Amino acid sequence: MSELMLKLSGVNARYGAIQVLRDVNLEVNKGEVVVVLGGNGAGKTTTLRAICAMVTTTGSIQIAGTEVVGKDTADIVRMQVAHVPQGRGTFPEMSVLDNLMVGAYTRKDKEIQADIDRWMDAFPRLRERRTQTAGSLSGGEQQMLAVARAMMCRPELLLLDEPSLGLAPLIIEDLFRRFGEINRETGITMLVVEQNANLALEIANRGYVLEAGEVVLQGSAEDLRTNEAVREAYLGA
Amino acid sequence: MTAVTTKSRGSFLTWLKTGSGILTAMMAVIVIALIPAIIQGGLKLFLQRVFDSLNNGAVYAVTAIALVIIFKATTLINFAGANIAMFGAYVCWWLNTSYGFPIWIAVFVAMGTMGVLGSLIERTLIRPFDVNDHLPVVLITFGIAAILEAFAGGLWGLEFHKFPSPFPSDPKDRFTIAGAFLRYETVGTLIVMGLMIYGIYLLLNKTKVGLAFRAVSSNVESARLVGVRTGRTLQFGWALASALGVLGACLVAKQTNLEPAFMAKLVIFAFAAATLGGLDSIGGSVIGAFIVAVVQSMLTGYGQEIPGLGWLKSNFALVLAFVLILVVLLFKPAGLYGTRRIERV
Ligand SMILES: Nc1ncnc2c1ncn2[C@@H]1O[C@H](COP(=O)(O)OP(=O)(O)OP(=O)(O)O)[C@@H](O)[C@H]1O
Ligand SMILES: [Mg+2]
Repeated sequence: MSELMLKLSGVNARYGAIQVLRDVNLEVNKGEVVVVLGGNGAGKTTTLRAICAMVTTTGSIQIAGTEVVGKDTADIVRMQVAHVPQGRGTFPEMSVLDNLMVGAYTRKDKEIQADIDRWMDAFPRLRERRTQTAGSLSGGEQQMLAVARAMMCRPELLLLDEPSLGLAPLIIEDLFRRFGEINRETGITMLVVEQNANLALEIANRGYVLEAGEVVLQGSAEDLRTNEAVREAYLGA
Repeated sequence: MTAVTTKSRGSFLTWLKTGSGILTAMMAVIVIALIPAIIQGGLKLFLQRVFDSLNNGAVYAVTAIALVIIFKATTLINFAGANIAMFGAYVCWWLNTSYGFPIWIAVFVAMGTMGVLGSLIERTLIRPFDVNDHLPVVLITFGIAAILEAFAGGLWGLEFHKFPSPFPSDPKDRFTIAGAFLRYETVGTLIVMGLMIYGIYLLLNKTKVGLAFRAVSSNVESARLVGVRTGRTLQFGWALASALGVLGACLVAKQTNLEPAFMAKLVIFAFAAATLGGLDSIGGSVIGAFIVAVVQSMLTGYGQEIPGLGWLKSNFALVLAFVLILVVLLFKPAGLYGTRRIERV
């Protein structure tokens, strides 16, 4: 009975002549955390980019029941979709504070400052460094900034592309704990691309495995964790 | 230059090998070569040459900022900028002399007109092309420059026109400082430049469109992902840069007179200024503008007195501008205050 937040049906995506996604079907229910696993070049990033119209896409993508293929990225973002791209995608020359302000670019309400305070409470490091440029932050701090910036648009759907990339194990654990908290507190829906399958499956409800642009496996987090192929390929077991 | 002598010897040598060191050394050589002539000329003459350079400095700064705005947003050099500015100065002159518009009203109308033209150029000729493929866009800006020059020549002739001064410009309108004359026009130009820089600061740092502009300049992909309409933001950049260019052209046209190539001749100095200061740094390009203007004034003023260089005359400044651009690109591509280097055209 749960409502669908995101539904990809028969999605193909290409960069010029190179087809990357083939007939991808994927669903995310409201409030769910869904993880996408897959090796390098499997098409994980491309899947997230397709949702935000950052790559040539055919097929059907519905966000909260609205078809978005053919729409502009700026309009899709205005449907409360936030995307933390691979490599964090902060604005390196701008201050931490300005990065958060840009995150709220689509908002017109009066609570932007309150939200900035809220996310600086959640990530006190960002408050300490609020006037520093984003480019001068450490990798972990940049990832916190990227997440806080994404949350500034008050998203209903959060797309996270390999948030653990390049971070120390302790920081990754802390970050995933935060994702779990954010999901529980705000009821936000998350689609997380991750190579760090252990941690991702801990906070996820369900998962998909991509190989060469196709979905080869899907199931509950529990099923995936115990699946032989997944254990071998992604859990290092 | 005083900071150099206070540094310890070891660090001085390593510093000298850096881009900034090479640049400063080059400037120092020029200045030292000029010292005998400067001493011989006396303080009054020196001061006069500094005052004379301020007007150019302000105009280079305004023109350089117009280049920097487009470069920041697109990492492209807008070769049409100079002629958009030139055309705007013609519009201003035409409104003033043929229709009796007060000069400042004419300046603002011309800025608005070319701002609209700039935004139309972005929308119709720039946006359809892939932003990552620089060559077609650079060729287009060259084409626009040629078209505007042809139109200006066709509409208003190739001959020189006298341009009305936007400031009190009677020979008596000047301050006297230590015997040297500081013209009201120069002071007025500096004030307008200062106001303009403050206006741009407010626009970029205190408004939403400014926030979007900075975001697009910093990271286009991420700007799209937070909902910025990048096309419209670049269009705003084009409009702003075009209007600013017109202001610069109107400030300098009194000295140079109007003719279809008058800004194309001047833009090389603005480009040198922006390259020196950093093509993505507004503050840096202002500093670069005044360095270029002072050095230019000193060289043309005193340079002919250096033995063997008399034949170079005022063309020497142009040579210097090219040399400066080359040296900066070779040794310190990001400029003094910039963060990015020129990777493609
Ligand atoms: N801009 C691009 N132009 C051409 N091909 C691209 C482009 N971006 C990605 N590709 C190709 O698409 C395929 C999938 O890339 P994608 O980035 O989606 O993989 P990924 O699963 O996110 O991998 P990784 O774990 O390394 O991030 C790769 O073969 C890649 O070479
Ligand atoms: Mg990826």
